[in-house]
Amino acid sequence: MLALKPADTTRYVSSNGGYAIEAHQLSVYYGNFRAIKDINLKVQRNKITALIGPSGCGKSTLLRAFNRMNDLVPGAHVEGEVRFLGRNIYAPNIDPVEVRRRIGMVFQKPNPFPKSIYENVAWGARINGFRGNMDELVEQSLREAALWDEVKDKLHQSGLSLSGGQQQRLCIARVVAVRPEIILMDEPASALDPIATLKIEELMHELARDYTIIIVTHNMQQAARTSDYTAFLLMDEDRAGILVEYGPTHQLFTNPKDKRTEDYITGRFG
Amino acid sequence: MSTRAQSSPVPAWDSTNTSTNNLPRRHRTAKLWQLLFMLATIVAVLTLVAMLFNIINSSFGLVAIQNEVEPETLSQDGVPLEQLSKEQLVAILKDKVSKGLFRRLESEQPFADRDQANVYALVVERVIKPRIVRSWTLSESLLQRKAIEAEVSQQYPNARLEFRSWFNPNFVSSPQSSVPQLAGVRTAILGSLWTILITIVVAFPLGMGAAIYLEEYASDNFVNRIIQTNISNLAGVPSIIYGMLGLAIFVRGLEPLTSGALFGLTDPTTANGRTILSAGLTLALLILPVLIINGQEAIRAVPNSLRHASYALGATRWQTIWHHVLPSALPGILTGTILAISRAIGETAPLVVVGASTFIVFDPSSPFSKFTALPIQIYQWTVRPQLEFRNIAAAAILVLLVLLLSLNASAVILRNRFSRRL
Amino acid sequence: MMQHTSKVRTMAGLVGGATIEVADELRKRRRWGETFIQAFLFMCGAVSILTTLGIVFVLGKESLLFFSMPEVSLVEFFTSTSWHPAVGDFGIWPLVNATVMTSGFAMLVALPLGLCVAIYLSEYASERVRAVLKPILEILAGIPTVVYGYFALTFMTPLLRSIFGIETVEIYNTASAGLVMGILILPLVSSMSEDALSAVPRSLREAAYALGATKLETAIRIVVPAALSGIAAAFLLAVSRAVGETMIVAIAAGAGPAFTFNPFKAAETMTGHIVRISGGDLSYDSIDYNSIFAIGLLLFLITLGLNIISRRVVRRFREVYE
Repeated sequence: MLALKPADTTRYVSSNGGYAIEAHQLSVYYGNFRAIKDINLKVQRNKITALIGPSGCGKSTLLRAFNRMNDLVPGAHVEGEVRFLGRNIYAPNIDPVEVRRRIGMVFQKPNPFPKSIYENVAWGARINGFRGNMDELVEQSLREAALWDEVKDKLHQSGLSLSGGQQQRLCIARVVAVRPEIILMDEPASALDPIATLKIEELMHELARDYTIIIVTHNMQQAARTSDYTAFLLMDEDRAGILVEYGPTHQLFTNPKDKRTEDYITGRFG
Repeated sequence: MSTRAQSSPVPAWDSTNTSTNNLPRRHRTAKLWQLLFMLATIVAVLTLVAMLFNIINSSFGLVAIQNEVEPETLSQDGVPLEQLSKEQLVAILKDKVSKGLFRRLESEQPFADRDQANVYALVVERVIKPRIVRSWTLSESLLQRKAIEAEVSQQYPNARLEFRSWFNPNFVSSPQSSVPQLAGVRTAILGSLWTILITIVVAFPLGMGAAIYLEEYASDNFVNRIIQTNISNLAGVPSIIYGMLGLAIFVRGLEPLTSGALFGLTDPTTANGRTILSAGLTLALLILPVLIINGQEAIRAVPNSLRHASYALGATRWQTIWHHVLPSALPGILTGTILAISRAIGETAPLVVVGASTFIVFDPSSPFSKFTALPIQIYQWTVRPQLEFRNIAAAAILVLLVLLLSLNASAVILRNRFSRRL
Repeated sequence: MMQHTSKVRTMAGLVGGATIEVADELRKRRRWGETFIQAFLFMCGAVSILTTLGIVFVLGKESLLFFSMPEVSLVEFFTSTSWHPAVGDFGIWPLVNATVMTSGFAMLVALPLGLCVAIYLSEYASERVRAVLKPILEILAGIPTVVYGYFALTFMTPLLRSIFGIETVEIYNTASAGLVMGILILPLVSSMSEDALSAVPRSLREAAYALGATKLETAIRIVVPAALSGIAAAFLLAVSRAVGETMIVAIAAGAGPAFTFNPFKAAETMTGHIVRISGGDLSYDSIDYNSIFAIGLLLFLITLGLNIISRRVVRRFREVYE
């Protein structure tokens, strides 16, 4: 079982050409059903990449393929590769547990643990062997999630006592505490009110300084507002998701290369 | 609104603050515990296997049979014993058994009325008296045959070795007997069946009535909540307490009713309340809470849309219940009832307390008869020290398990058939 | 119903001054059938109250008779460690002690094994494995206790005797009965715990996995704590069941009260004693007859208390997941 140590990261930056993670001819199957087909995608480091497309086109499947969360679905298997730090994370000798520490995930519906706010942030770090100053780590992580000021006096209250938006930021703090390289976000604001959504979007920009963000969103305006790169997916006739177009957000939204992209953006379907 | 302006970024993980790669250790621990969990499951499965093996092991095996009087000595003029005429057999009987026994047999049923097979059986039982002197388990019989044969020829020279299946059709159809090899569970089975019949007749309507009331009629007020909590509590009361309740109320308090004195139908050998009726009523009280809870769940599962459709047509509440809710809830009710019945069949403690008879040979003839039941029979045979009783106890257990298995299997089939239809 | 519709038809003919009669038609009428049925059904529900009253009354009255007898004193009942009716000793401790010992052994087996089985079924087992294991557990749960008693006497006791020696282990002993009782109760613990574990939402497990946790860490440090109240309730219910169990101890634990802490010796539990006394010749209103009701009352209170606490635990500490 080859585990990737944190210190190794720097070695692979140049060999990846600056890409945080890449998908090569990636197909994901649930049993016999192919959910996404032959995806080729190279995600830029320290940028926000958005995956957009109509519902059911495989955006979440693709996102979850990046941190091997699809492994948890019985009957799911993968063709092609996902290259991270110079290795295919689906290779037989790669440990998915370590992959998931390196590539964190924030879910659509906030799911803090039924523990205290402090414990929520500390837990991931603790099981991964963090031995340093935990108080410091918790505070830094909560600051980075823009939540510290709101909870610093009630760190021992239950994480569930927070509002929806605060819970989602707690989930972000929790992910940040294990210091991943990439943060995947599956429609992180769709369960939140507009003000909380705004806060999350601002937070994403801050986070992109230290992390690579890949976000799935069904809200085109959100993608246009927040992301640096956008990938547009569509279902083909076999109901498999394919990558139609990928490029800098500004260019994709103002001057899409593919007609289908243009149709989707202008609202002719979706 | 940004709060992170001045703070330093979260420190990267390096060798100063991470235990260098605890992953292998964590995976090892994970594998260990997974093994532990699996082992626990295996222990449970193995115990079931051990139980079944133990029972089957005692239900079949070699036995050493010795006759008190060899049949060959009784044959007349070269005609073997079983082919002798009835009169000849009666003569042998009269000659060999005591006067008192002969008179008693005559008074039970006159010899003129008995047929040849009957008299022959009596001769076998009373004169030849084949007795099992030793029995062995199945595993011993299969693996240590030679040793057994040697032992028999040494210690029981007059005995012959036979393979016996204690679990056989005769076992089911013969009544109780003090001789292990002749004993059967017929009385016990009939007793169980009679008792369960009374239990169902009493408990099912009451249970259904209460379930319907609680789910369809009862509003959420104090009295109804008390009733609900009360039922949950009753479901957890140990079965022996129900036995004591039955003893005090049915056997003793309502003795005129349960002994049949009220109807003039008392059992001739005893006139007290330890009858099938008392047992049935006691078991009815025992399974009543379970039936109610199960019925409630089944009724609750019926979607409200069905009720609303019925009401919208101007039906009354009872019409809705009778024509729509109950038929829809019926599969669940039936499965639950069958399971409750199989539990009642296996109950021993309450019946012992209520006063199951220790030894009866006659089939029950009415609700006011003395009673015994299959689990009681098993209990009594198990606690006897002689090894042969262990054999018939095991055979009786097999009978009980077969009975329960068929009941439960029919419940599962019922559940599957009806859930597919939905 | 028929009467109603014919009236409506005649109503249709008299349109003009018919409003009052129509209102009459809609007026609520007394349906005697419905009322009667409702009353009858209520009576059915009330039978359960009668049962409880019956239990309390019967146990209470006979216990009262028992304690009012000259040889018996309440103090002695709760403090003496000797139960010898022949010499007028009526101390409950030998019986309670044996009950505690058998239940203790049962819990030693049922709680850890049951929880492990539940975790295995809920977190690790595939659908196929579950489809095989759950029926097996149901079978274990459905086997009558008298069969377990047979197993205890004919398998477990010889096994213990061969392991620990024939001199150490008596033919009747509490360890054998207790261990087999543990197997009896295991399915109860495992099925209730598994329900509690399955009720934990999947999203919590996913959050843990996404932080790089192994399956074990997720199961033990996230799922089990989240299901704790359900598991605790299962444990309490299991203890209650063990205390009230009769046939296994009647067959395998021993006849005759004995105050001993040695699990390899024979001792009679509360339930075993009741069964033995009532199975023999019993004359009403004798001291023996009344004594079993006093023991039964104690048993009833203990199990009732455990059951109530178990339900309270679920209600008070029910975890909120969202």
